[in-house]
Amino acid sequence: MHELSIAQEIINISAQYLPPNKNISVKAVKLKIGKMSNVFVDSLNFCFELLSENTPLKNAMLKIQIVPVVVKCNDCLMENEITDDLIYCPNCNSLNVEIKCGNELDIEELEIEEL
Amino acid sequence: MSIITIERKILEKNDAVAEFNRKNFKEKKIFAINLLSSPGSGKTSILEKIIELLKDKVNIGVIEGDIQTKIDAERIEKYGIPVAQIITNGACHLDAILIRDAFSTLSDKQISLLFIENVGNLVCPATFDLGENIKIVIVSTTEGDDKPLKYPAAFQKANAMIINKVDLIPYLNSSIEILKNNALKINPNLKIFETSCTKNIGIDKLCEWLLDNINKL
Repeated sequence: MHELSIAQEIINISAQYLPPNKNISVKAVKLKIGKMSNVFVDSLNFCFELLSENTPLKNAMLKIQIVPVVVKCNDCLMENEITDDLIYCPNCNSLNVEIKCGNELDIEELEIEEL
Repeated sequence: MSIITIERKILEKNDAVAEFNRKNFKEKKIFAINLLSSPGSGKTSILEKIIELLKDKVNIGVIEGDIQTKIDAERIEKYGIPVAQIITNGACHLDAILIRDAFSTLSDKQISLLFIENVGNLVCPATFDLGENIKIVIVSTTEGDDKPLKYPAAFQKANAMIINKVDLIPYLNSSIEILKNNALKINPNLKIFETSCTKNIGIDKLCEWLLDNINKL
């Protein structure tokens, strides 16, 4: 249930960006989440809904872009997406690879509306 | 409708404190190890064995993380080792802020090797950087050889894996070779050790490697 801590941080960071003294409704929070970041999206949505209840983010939607795992092979030098959680080069099967992306846990932007 | 750009890491607060911890450990010449595993795989037993072998060679300190009780801290205290117990009251992992505060209670102690025993859980602790030098994942033979595939994050982030309770293999349908292969598919760079605390197997090799790491600091 580390999604609870992650949801709380999303709310804390978002709150710092809301213009003060304005009646604002946050429609959506855009996130980038890597496939390897160890986050269960259903659980994150549930925790966010609970924790945002009495905040300006109440009813906001989490718009989540899932980032695939991409590795660069140090042997054949190809960059490829991997889809089965195993860390290897899908081109030449080498294990000598560098992970280029897939660990993201980023908050990108807020969509807001002034009431 | 308007857009406010943020572009920040969700866990940046944790990461900033982890960086503070890392600097703090570096200044004090402390090698810090984050121990991850399921409940009951033998984290505390391995720690006890390491302490027995290394306590005359290096100053060890321990931060214990548990959901409830001081049982683990009391086990470590018997060896005369400085220890801080974090009781999370239900939280499933340790974060960098908890470590900063727990370590402040040990700051007057001479420590060059700090073990952080995370909450027994193979999932959540993998997400949180504590400021450690390395992560070690422990998996016991009784848990089955498929665990690296089922819980990849902990194995992917770890620098080393300890396979504990190897003496029980004759009684189990679990294979050390399959377990190793599965772990290496998740993380080809894992350094692997095999241990048994009850039969005193492999602890010496593990300790040699730990000393090598401390000497490289």
